[in-house]
Amino acid sequence: MPLVKSGQIVEDRYVRVLDDAPIPEGVPVIVAGQRFLSDAADLVVRDAPIGVLWPNDRRVAELEPWLKDLSLIALAFPKFRDGRAYSQARLLRERYNYRGELRATGDVLRDQFQFLVRAGFDSFEVKKPADAQVFAKSVARYSVFYQPSADGRVPAIRRRLQGGSVAKTRERRDLPSGSASQIAMIAPRSVSEDTL
Amino acid sequence: MYVYDDFDRTLVAERVAEFRDQVARRLSGELTEDEFKPLRLMNGVYLQLHAYMLRTAIPYGTLSSTQLRMLAHVARRFDRGYGHFTTRQNIQYHWIKLEELPDAMAALASVGMHGMQTSGNCVRNITTDQWAGVAPDEIEDPRIWAELVRQHVTLHPEFSFLPRKFKIAVGSSSHDRAALRVHDLALRLHRNGAGEIGFEVMVGGGLGRTPFLAKTVKPFLHKRDVLSYVEAILRTYNEFGRRDNIYKARIKILVHELGAEAFAKEVETEWHAIKDGALALDPAGFAEIAARFRYPTYAQLDDSPPELAVARRADHRFDAWVDNAVANHKVPGYAIVTLSLKPEGGTPGDLTAEQMDAVADLAERYSFDEIRVGHEQNLALPHVAQHDLPALWRELDAIGVATPNVNLITDIISCPGLDYCGLANARSIPIAQEITRRFRNPELTRNLGRLHINISGCINACGHHHVGHIGILGVEKNGEEFYQITVGGKADENATLGALIGPAVPYAQVADVVEDIAAAYVELRQRPEELFIDTVKRIGVEPFRERVYATR
Repeated sequence: MPLVKSGQIVEDRYVRVLDDAPIPEGVPVIVAGQRFLSDAADLVVRDAPIGVLWPNDRRVAELEPWLKDLSLIALAFPKFRDGRAYSQARLLRERYNYRGELRATGDVLRDQFQFLVRAGFDSFEVKKPADAQVFAKSVARYSVFYQPSADGRVPAIRRRLQGGSVAKTRERRDLPSGSASQIAMIAPRSVSEDTL
Repeated sequence: MYVYDDFDRTLVAERVAEFRDQVARRLSGELTEDEFKPLRLMNGVYLQLHAYMLRTAIPYGTLSSTQLRMLAHVARRFDRGYGHFTTRQNIQYHWIKLEELPDAMAALASVGMHGMQTSGNCVRNITTDQWAGVAPDEIEDPRIWAELVRQHVTLHPEFSFLPRKFKIAVGSSSHDRAALRVHDLALRLHRNGAGEIGFEVMVGGGLGRTPFLAKTVKPFLHKRDVLSYVEAILRTYNEFGRRDNIYKARIKILVHELGAEAFAKEVETEWHAIKDGALALDPAGFAEIAARFRYPTYAQLDDSPPELAVARRADHRFDAWVDNAVANHKVPGYAIVTLSLKPEGGTPGDLTAEQMDAVADLAERYSFDEIRVGHEQNLALPHVAQHDLPALWRELDAIGVATPNVNLITDIISCPGLDYCGLANARSIPIAQEITRRFRNPELTRNLGRLHINISGCINACGHHHVGHIGILGVEKNGEEFYQITVGGKADENATLGALIGPAVPYAQVADVVEDIAAAYVELRQRPEELFIDTVKRIGVEPFRERVYATR
C-alpha cells in the first residue's frame, strides 16, 4: 500500500505495533489508541517518534494532552463511505492545533484525496497504487472552494470580495507535479485563527 | 434569479470534468460498479430498473427560461423527450445512457445547473417555498439564505460522507409551503419578541419507514450564526449518527435516540466552540450573494383590473381556473400562477420537452423570464400581471398545463414507483392516473375542496404518503401489489402524520377506496367549508375505516 506524503510516494518510516508486542527501540512506531493512552507517559519519552492509530468512534479530545508529543496521528476509514475521520481531522487541526503528521488509513481512494487534503490530512496510505500515482493531479482538480476548512484555502465568498478571479488558482494547477510549489499547495497551510 | 459568477461556473465545470474521468474509468473497468456507485450518486446518477437516472437540482425551485429550455434540450437529446419534476425541487431523467451522462451534465453546466449532491450521503439540494420572493406573507426572501447554505455545503470536505442523506429546507412565511417539518434540518425565518429576524431551527424530521416530524432545537438563532449552527449540527451528526444500520442512519434516529434536548445540548457545545470563527456571517459576503438575485422591475399596476373581471364573466372555464390556480402576489396588479402538471390520466410531475419550451417562452413573455418548481410537482410563473391572465390562460390551456385542480384531489403527489424505481414494491403512477379519471368532473373535485393525495411505491416514502391528507403506500404481499391507506396527514405548519385506516387493499381497489373516503367526507362534514383534513381532525379515523371496510 503506497504512502503519499507531500504529494509524492515515499517510504513509510513508521513501524506498526498494533498489539501488545514489545516496542522496538530507536525506530518510529505507530501504536493503537488504547495502548497509547494507557502508556502515554512512557511512550512519549522514548528515543524515537511516536504515532497513534486512533479509531473513528472515539473523541479526539482524549488525545489533547499528548498532541505536542505525538509526531503522527493516523485516522481510520474502515470504508470510504464512513466519513467520521474527516471531522476528527478538522478538529485536530483547527481546534486543537495539532501540527504533526495526520495520516489517512484504510479505504483511501483517489476520489477522496481532495476532501482529505481539505480536512487537514497530509499523508495518505493509498489503497490502490494507480490512485497514488495520480495523487497530485487529483488534488488539483478543483480551483474553487466554497467553505473555509483546515487547508486554509480562501473560500469563494471572500475571494469575490477581494476582487479575486478564478484564474489565479488555475495557474497553479499546471505546475509540474512534485515541484516545490505543488508540494506547498498540498501540504496544509498554517492554520490561521479565523479558520477555527 | 441567482446569477452564477465565474467562481460558481468554474466549480461546476470542474465537477463535470471530474465526472467525465470517473465515467471513463468505469467504462474501462478500472472502477468496479461498487466503487463507481458512490461517485455517480454524488452527481445524482442512480441505476434504476431499466436505465440510469439523472437527477438535476433546481436550487430553491427557481429556473430561468434559458435553463428550462436547456432542460428541454437534455430531455430531447439524451432522454425520451420528457422529464419528471420531483417533490424536492429536482428534475429527473429516467432513460439516460451512462456514456452520454458527461455530455448531458456539460449541457446542464452551460446554464449553471448540475446534479451535484442530488443523491448520496451528503447534503442534498436545498429547498424552499416555490413562492419565495413573491408571497405576500413572507418575511424576507428565503432563497438568499438557501443559496448561502448551498454554497457552504457544496463539496464540503467534512460532510460528503455522512451516515446518510441530509435534506435541508428554508422557509420564511407563516404558511409553510416547503414541508419544513419533514426535513432533516429546517430553518424558518421569523421575528422574535424584539422584532429581530432570525431562524427557528428544527432537526430530525423525515419520512421513510420510521417517520418523524422535526423538533425545534433552537427557537431563535441570529442570522449571523446560521452557518456555524448548521456546521455544528452536521458535525454532531457525522460523529454520532448511526452507521451500523442503513435504516437507522438518518439524523431523525439520532435525535430520537438521544432525545431532542440532549442532541441540542451536544450541538450547542460544538457551536459555542466555532460560532465566532470563520463561519460567523460576513455581511459583505452575504450582500454579494444577495446582489446576484435579480428581481423584476414591476410596472405600477392596480389589483383586479377591469379586463380581468370581464374575461372571468365571459368564460366560466377561465373563471374556474383563476379561482383555482392564481394566487396573490406581494406586488399590486401581479399574480402567482400555478401550472398543474397533473392532467387527467397524466403522470404527476411529468413534462415533455415541447411543453418545457412552451413554458419557457410564456415565462419570457409573461413572467420576467422566471419559472418556479414546487414540492407538489407543479410549476409556477411567479410574476404575472393580472391583466395578462386571460391571454396567458389560453396558451397554458393549449399546452395542457391549466387543469384547474391545484390543491384538489387530483393534484396528486407521487413517486415514480415500480414503473421505474428499483426500490419500489408497487406501482404509483397508474394509481394516480386512475384517481384522476375517477375524479375527472371539475364540479366534483371543487366540491371536495382542498384535499392532498400522496402516493409512495415503497416504504422509502418519496411520495410523502405519511403527510398526505390521504396517503397511499404500496407494499408487496405474496408477490402482489397491496396498498395501505392513511388519512389525516399534513405537511404544512401544523404538520401531522396520517393514521392507518385498516388492512391494505389490492391494487384494483385503491381508487374505489379513495372514492369511498371522499363520499364519507361529503356526508360527514359539518358544512361545505369544512375541509377534509378538518373533518378527519374533528371525528378521527374511525368513521372512514367503517365506511371503507363495511363492504370489504
